[in-house]
Amino acid sequence: MTRSATKPDPGHAATPESLRTFLHGLPGVDKVGAEQRAATLATRSIKTTAKRWALDLAVRMVDLTTLEGADTPGKVRALAAKAMRPDPADRSCPPVAAVCVYPSLVPTAVETVRGSGVRVASVATAFPSGQVPLAVKLDDVRAAVAAGADEVDMVIDRGAFLSGRYDEVFHQITEVKAACGDAHLKVILETGELGTYDNVRRASWLAMLAGGDFIKTSTGKVSPAATLPVTLVMLEAVRDFRAATGRQVGVKPAGGIRTAKDAIRYLVLVNETVGDDWLDPAWFRFGASSLLNDLLMQRSKLATGRYAGPDYFTLD
Amino acid sequence: MAFEYAPAPESRSIVDIRPAYGLFVDGEFVAPADGESFKTVEPATEEVLAEIAVAGPADVDRAVAAARRAYERVWGPMPGAERAKYLFRIARIIQERARELAVLESIDNGKPIRESRDVDIPLVAQWFFYYAGWADKLGYAGFGPDPRPLGVAGQVIPWNFPLLMLAWKIAPALATGNTVVLKPAETTPLTALLFAEICQQAELPPGVVNILTGAGDTGRTLVEHDGIDKVAFTGSTEVGRQIARSVAGTRKRVTLELGGKAANIVFADAALDQAVEGVVNGIFFNQGHVCCAGSRLLVEESVAEDVLDRLKRRMTTLRVGDPLDKNTDVGAINSAEQLARIRALAEIGEQEGAQRWTAPCPLPDRGFWFSPTVFTDVTQAHRIAREEIFGPVLSVLTFRTPDEAVAKANNTPYGLSAGIWTEKGSRILWLADRLRAGVVWANTFNKFDPTSPFGGYQESGYGREGGRHGLEAYLAH
Repeated sequence: MTRSATKPDPGHAATPESLRTFLHGLPGVDKVGAEQRAATLATRSIKTTAKRWALDLAVRMVDLTTLEGADTPGKVRALAAKAMRPDPADRSCPPVAAVCVYPSLVPTAVETVRGSGVRVASVATAFPSGQVPLAVKLDDVRAAVAAGADEVDMVIDRGAFLSGRYDEVFHQITEVKAACGDAHLKVILETGELGTYDNVRRASWLAMLAGGDFIKTSTGKVSPAATLPVTLVMLEAVRDFRAATGRQVGVKPAGGIRTAKDAIRYLVLVNETVGDDWLDPAWFRFGASSLLNDLLMQRSKLATGRYAGPDYFTLD
Repeated sequence: MAFEYAPAPESRSIVDIRPAYGLFVDGEFVAPADGESFKTVEPATEEVLAEIAVAGPADVDRAVAAARRAYERVWGPMPGAERAKYLFRIARIIQERARELAVLESIDNGKPIRESRDVDIPLVAQWFFYYAGWADKLGYAGFGPDPRPLGVAGQVIPWNFPLLMLAWKIAPALATGNTVVLKPAETTPLTALLFAEICQQAELPPGVVNILTGAGDTGRTLVEHDGIDKVAFTGSTEVGRQIARSVAGTRKRVTLELGGKAANIVFADAALDQAVEGVVNGIFFNQGHVCCAGSRLLVEESVAEDVLDRLKRRMTTLRVGDPLDKNTDVGAINSAEQLARIRALAEIGEQEGAQRWTAPCPLPDRGFWFSPTVFTDVTQAHRIAREEIFGPVLSVLTFRTPDEAVAKANNTPYGLSAGIWTEKGSRILWLADRLRAGVVWANTFNKFDPTSPFGGYQESGYGREGGRHGLEAYLAH
């Protein structure tokens, strides 16, 4: 990367000007070209052994999510049980990566998954809008972490980003990162509100420079949520960021990924954009709720040669 | 690689390749007069696919006579709206039999099924639909109130896009009221012969389309035949020159679509990831067997290193192999002869001091294969920067200023196509005005559309195919 000379050093205070200059100096994204590349990769045909491998990996990458106003401890316990043993009929089925819940339900989730290896992620920072003062966001994060969350999914302030106050967004992310302590920080860009792929690329770099461990497409509350071309642009960003800084950042598409076929398309995208290093739950996740059952259904179809009805798979 | 894609072959069972094929003359398959034949082989396996008839002078006579009869008695006098019905019918049958055509094309040509399925065959259908629409509107095409057909067209097409080139030739000829005698390339006759069956299925009047198979001699006999009024050729500049010589001083009209050595120009402000994607598509699409392939990459020196890194990384993900595998990106080289030519030019590139880099792709044991290759440190003086390689070989040159980019891009005897990669709209327009190329793509490459004219400058030929302009080649006005 020839651009590393102009890269702001995240360890020191970047000036608003240097951040802006850097972000606007990133190569643009051609919309037609990016969408065409994603569409071409979506025609890859993944069969038999490759499909089996991909389905298992996809299960292990799921952040099983419930983010409803009606969530209760009972609902979260059921979700967490499912996360640990997605398919009670098949012991070979791996657990998912994490459960993702609101901060108030973190204690329930932590208690249920304890010792299973399944991690607990919590959205924070006034999810999904992010439109509260920073102090409130930080309290939100501290509460989630104190309750035992392993991972924090924060939302960026899209208003600040779109009005060009990049330094403000940068500052908020660094503060949240500090408040996370050891917890992993996923930064939700809410790409559906950013409007252009150029903005997606800039927001990705901003989040990585500010210390995010993961960049995540969406809250799931805004349409469009995750798409293949948006994820492609974010994968290119983490690839270039690692080449420039040596630090690897994960990617999490979230929202709208409902079928095993969709999930496999994302894995193909990962495979052919950033390669093996990201084909691991530590570096790539799916934020999803209904995806898991379709993955299980396809797993069982591959194993038995026939489809079982939806009643043979558990509700979460 | 952790994620190994299992083989995902498209089934061959949909195609029914006969052991031997005759010539398609006057609506039926007939044996050649002197009984000669040759074999067509599958480039991916080197296995013989079928025995193909060789049309000799007597067969050319018969076919031209049949085309003349059909022109005078049926097709020429037929109202355009009626001709359109046949063309629409052919277009629909092509869509209905698309998978069969795609599989057969990949088997005979070696191109990946992803391309024959998603590019070639859909375009073939589009070409017939598009020109079907013109058949009853020729008086409004800008060539006078009542433009007339020329008569019988002799058409010779290449092996790189066998059925698509057939469509480029036959659809406008038929729409304008001409009849045709077409010779497909020696190495790729099968889809043209299946197209002959489609003509029968569409109940196209006998003699309107005649397909004569054979090698260069058959083509020469056809082109030099007194009974044809129009020659349309797509292929090498060398053969194009011979054709131009042979028709000089005759009444025959001629269009030639010949070679190219297109420049793909990448500026520092380009969307680099998409530019790299376009460069890959520009040269490795169809194994580089594309006359308008972006075989010269001109990259602004300040980003050359970055672009090359991205390009090489991208090339390592190209999947070379079985053309029928749905995940194959680069298929087989069409023939042993072409493979030898590509190898020879690549060796000359090395001898002349260019740096060769080849994508680390495993190649099958049998068949004709050439790994995607890039040459850097290439200058205008290298043969690989001047001659058409017609294979998956990219020559990389650099430039410092837009003026230098224009000068280098135009410094070629060819002039078929060019590509511009920049996020700056004004620069695209400035450059497009100055590039001496028939097609200039901006932030994309190798995009074809029946409504858009296609053709070259200088040694890339003359005449235009496609769009309203493509009608002119088949109309007297």
